[in-house]
Amino acid sequence: MQPLTNRAKQVDRRPMTLAEKLYLPAIGKGMGITFKHIFKRKATVSFPDQTREFSPVFRGLHILNRDEEGRERCTACGLCAVACPAEAITMEAAERKPGEENLYREEKYAARYEINMLRCIFCGFCEEACPKDAIYLSETFAPANYQRKGFIYGKDDLLIPDPKAQGK
Amino acid sequence: MTLLSIDWFFLIEKILLISVILVLSLVVAMYATWGERKVAAWIQDRLGPNRAGPMGLLQPLADGGKLFFKEEIIPTSANRFMFVLGPSIAMVVACMTSAVIPWGGTLTIAGREVSLQVADVNIGILYIFAVVSMGVYGIMIGGWASNNKYSLLASVRAASQIISYELPMGLALIALLMTTGTLSLKTIVEQQINSGVYNAFIQPLGFLIFLICAFAECNRAPFDLPEAENELNGGYHLEYSSMKLGFFLFAEYINMFISSALMATLYWGGYGFPGMTSLASSLSPNLITIIGFLALFIKTLIFIFIFMWVRWTVPRFRYDQLMRLGWRVLIPLSLANMLITGAIELFRHHS
Repeated sequence: MQPLTNRAKQVDRRPMTLAEKLYLPAIGKGMGITFKHIFKRKATVSFPDQTREFSPVFRGLHILNRDEEGRERCTACGLCAVACPAEAITMEAAERKPGEENLYREEKYAARYEINMLRCIFCGFCEEACPKDAIYLSETFAPANYQRKGFIYGKDDLLIPDPKAQGK
Repeated sequence: MTLLSIDWFFLIEKILLISVILVLSLVVAMYATWGERKVAAWIQDRLGPNRAGPMGLLQPLADGGKLFFKEEIIPTSANRFMFVLGPSIAMVVACMTSAVIPWGGTLTIAGREVSLQVADVNIGILYIFAVVSMGVYGIMIGGWASNNKYSLLASVRAASQIISYELPMGLALIALLMTTGTLSLKTIVEQQINSGVYNAFIQPLGFLIFLICAFAECNRAPFDLPEAENELNGGYHLEYSSMKLGFFLFAEYINMFISSALMATLYWGGYGFPGMTSLASSLSPNLITIIGFLALFIKTLIFIFIFMWVRWTVPRFRYDQLMRLGWRVLIPLSLANMLITGAIELFRHHS
């Protein structure tokens, strides 16, 4: 028959020789292999003490950014929600009232901003869609939780701390 | 009055010696569990236990503590007395064998010659065989008292395995006894020290058979079918929990320690070490004894390591393969070994 790949190997069906029947040479060979492995580099990463490095383009948990004066950049335009292929983002807009200029940069802001981390596929399209540079993907991943609702991250989870408030 | 006068120093000396050896074998068995996991991990390119204490050295304590605080379950239909008796026998028997092993020469303390051997019985090897074969009772009683057919079947399998492998072990030993001409372990060791040739070189085949049978006797891989953790979900100790399970597992490790010490004693010169006779003139006898004890200890640890190394290398036998190896390979082989040894000994005595 015409061989298809030339990778087929004939199975050796000769009766075993005495040395093979004794099994001891084979066992000795196997023990040599395992003994070598004792001195090999261990594959383990001792996780809490050591962490595996992420790639430089790693996309992790989202953060909502502030500007230099500590005001929220998000203007609740909804472009991130539109761009999101997993439909994980939802928001509610509100109008900035007089006297809140130190809190929100634009006249319209997100009163509620939620990302469902169970739906999110961490594609980073929201980051690309955002015209105000308000949403970024950080370098951590979502920690485990006991309940599904724990994975719906609100504004207080996403918003970075006010740099001015921290300075004090 | 001579009958009533007790040599108190003798009594104290022996009690001390017994407690030291008992504690030693328990500690070695404890750390053998740690070593087992470490060796397994290293062979599989892992790190092994390293959380409890430096290098995970407190791991055995944590394991023991866990076993002690586990809920103790005795099945309602089990025979309570027998159920407790099973692991107790396994444990006691495992500890008893260390009595006749010579752990070293003699120490001279305040003018008294203290032999580092609990009892120099002149039938030492027979004693060990008698005691070891009692270990089967622990397994059988444990399996039967659980009132669970799977435990019973597993204990029958374990018992038949141990009995099958005791035969070639004994036959291999007979060949050794033909060359040494004594049953006393101390004399066997002294012969090896004096001649400078270890019995393993005189009886290589016998040693190999003894080693293989020791693996089987201790229920260790590749002959660990009675327990086969990853296939059976527990063998004869299926119904056991808490420290009673711990006793069964612990007895295995003590057995491993004792059989390693026995192999070192019978075939690798016991507490003798190379250059012992030439050093004897320059060093104090007490120091020689201590070095000798350390030599035996190191030899034993090497054997324990070999036990673990084999366990994590060789895959488990099938039951019929196990029986075929025992009855159709090892017994004829040890018989032939015995015959050849006998013929050579006879030839040597007549010429």
